[in-house]
Amino acid sequence: MKTGAKILVESLLHEGVNTIFGYPGGTVLPIYDELYDSPLRHILVRHEQAAIHAADGYARASGRVGVCLATSGPGACNLVTGIATAYMDSVPVVAITGQVPTTLLGNDAFQESDITGITLPITKHSYLLNNVRDVGKTVHEAFYIAGTGRMGPVLIDVPKDVQTDVVNEPEAVPEKVSIRGYQPTVRGHPKQIEKAVGMISGAERPLIYAGGGVIASGGDAELIRLAEALMIPVTTTLMGLGAIPSHHPLNLGMLGMHGTQSANYAVTECDLLIAIGARFDDRVTGKLESFAPNAQIIHIDIDPAEIGKNKAVDLPIVGDVGHVLREINKKLTKKTVQGLWNGRIAEWKQQSGEKKVLDTSILTPQYVVRTLSDILDGAGIIVTEVGQNQMWAAQHFSFTRPRQWISSGGLGTMGYGFPAAIGASIACPDEAVIDIAGDGSFQMNIQELATVVQYNIPVKVMILNNQYLGMVRQWQELFYDRRYSYTEMPSVDFVGIAKAYGVPGMCVTDPADVGDAIQTSLAHDGPYILDFRIEREENVMPMVPAGAAINEMILGENR
Amino acid sequence: MRPHTISVLVENRPGVLSRVAGLFTRRGFNIESLAVGTCEEPGMSRITAVVIADDEIIEQVKKQLNKLINVIKVSDITYTEHVAREIALIKVAAEPGSSRAEVMQLADNFRARIIDVGTRTVILEVTGDTGKIDALEKLLHQYGIKELVRTGKIAMPRGSKTISSKK
Repeated sequence: MKTGAKILVESLLHEGVNTIFGYPGGTVLPIYDELYDSPLRHILVRHEQAAIHAADGYARASGRVGVCLATSGPGACNLVTGIATAYMDSVPVVAITGQVPTTLLGNDAFQESDITGITLPITKHSYLLNNVRDVGKTVHEAFYIAGTGRMGPVLIDVPKDVQTDVVNEPEAVPEKVSIRGYQPTVRGHPKQIEKAVGMISGAERPLIYAGGGVIASGGDAELIRLAEALMIPVTTTLMGLGAIPSHHPLNLGMLGMHGTQSANYAVTECDLLIAIGARFDDRVTGKLESFAPNAQIIHIDIDPAEIGKNKAVDLPIVGDVGHVLREINKKLTKKTVQGLWNGRIAEWKQQSGEKKVLDTSILTPQYVVRTLSDILDGAGIIVTEVGQNQMWAAQHFSFTRPRQWISSGGLGTMGYGFPAAIGASIACPDEAVIDIAGDGSFQMNIQELATVVQYNIPVKVMILNNQYLGMVRQWQELFYDRRYSYTEMPSVDFVGIAKAYGVPGMCVTDPADVGDAIQTSLAHDGPYILDFRIEREENVMPMVPAGAAINEMILGENR
Repeated sequence: MRPHTISVLVENRPGVLSRVAGLFTRRGFNIESLAVGTCEEPGMSRITAVVIADDEIIEQVKKQLNKLINVIKVSDITYTEHVAREIALIKVAAEPGSSRAEVMQLADNFRARIIDVGTRTVILEVTGDTGKIDALEKLLHQYGIKELVRTGKIAMPRGSKTISSKK
């Protein structure tokens, strides 16, 4: 005889889960009672939103499915932003919510909300369990759906009576999941691959545009092989950072709104764009008609719905990026180096001074990020909040490997970074995990300072503090005549707040102290915060105004 | 923009209809008609939706529908030769005397059946394609339509071609 709660916890262990992030409440008490004696590690966050962001960060850092648990009603509703974040970035997460007993469902019972209904457009799939017999099978299916194909969040809503009901012989959980309406295409069509090889070999100015799908599929090595075989330059999306090392000679850096000049010019002038695990997001393409206007486009993606969604493509290949690239690489024979094309790109790089030395007479965020990058020297995991801090981190940190970069791309969720860093640190305890934060974003989940203290999670928070909602202020400066409507946030004593929670910290105002401060925080055995008082009106440049073509950049000046 | 007739074969599970309908509404367009019922496969239902949109948007919606775990098959049969029907029940004011006779005559012309006769009303049941029902509705307006219910369109390709999941 087993209760639904016991079967649920056993099912999680069966899936190989060792850590879940959660927050208890009335409708999940039976599950929490099971957790009490379970080998499953539970991290008690201080807000449910942090539970899902932590599960998301865990998943992005490890490549495994992240799990979070919340109670019904308000608990479940607090997961919504995190579920949407995971959905937009295709992150495998299983969110388990408590629900009022089935007898009360639909009665507006205390702490009831129709969470499967609320999350319908932002989950890959969801379940409302109504029979204890289905618990094991449903958990198994949920993990399968979350972690295969185009990954994404799956929600399981478990009414309280399903948790307490007992069953003599729980339904056997099948080893292999078979769902009739869910058969992701992993292998690319051989004929399409053949055609792609022809197009790539024939191109004079090919360019690879790599997205988060490369990292999700583990296709980074094949990506680099393809690029190196024909000397094809590579630009990555925000989500694709780390798919090819920042210092790789063929890497042009990020493209799009805050992309590099060389990447954006290369897109505009290429004759073949090879889009790999990327989805032509508006922050990447700018004005669609001017995006890769002279290029044929090959689009490789596991999700057929992404192909042709925003931009018509000449050759679609549906399949897992890693598989497809391996097949293409096997068939590629041409070894010609596109000397002229790469020469032109090198010129753009030179002209734009993409690697130029920064002014260190004042404290700039770019300098802080570069100093961190130099100190870590290829190690560590960088998690960010959203806004200017995120873009400076994306532009100035030197990534060496996939899963080293964790950031909310599609939804742009402020408050994501700190809890996601907690998840990443738990997934990768041997790595230094740094949350590059803005003062605005950090305050959205600042209560998690309590969590990092309780479990001594050694996350380092580096606040690039300009006392503004910096990115919004930047837009106001550029497009609203410097009318800084409600974007100023007066100075906060972050070190004092951290101290109150029991986290040591340091405020840095002098550029000369940046290196030492970072070294001190990294050397500290436990969480640490650094409050960098940066140039208040520093901007993220280059910048493509929303709706403009991506080669129409505002270049600005890095101070 | 033109009406598209989309046939969706789905597993008969709670919430499937709202997932399917949600994909249309999310993109900001109205479902002209929606009909759901069981079909030849046990445990499955077939949804027939009529939506007015561009071909490209319909293509994207089809792909999105296919991503739903409980959706087995999606077919746009707009450009396939097919038969389509809907049923309407129309309650018409029909005073004894001349107007009642006229209404009954009209019903006869449209091969509609009188399925209820009240002292001052009759209910007509009419089956046909959307245009036929629209035409009858228009003609009946002069007598006073008290109530009208339409099922939404159901459709099937002509000949041996099917839209089932089996090849």
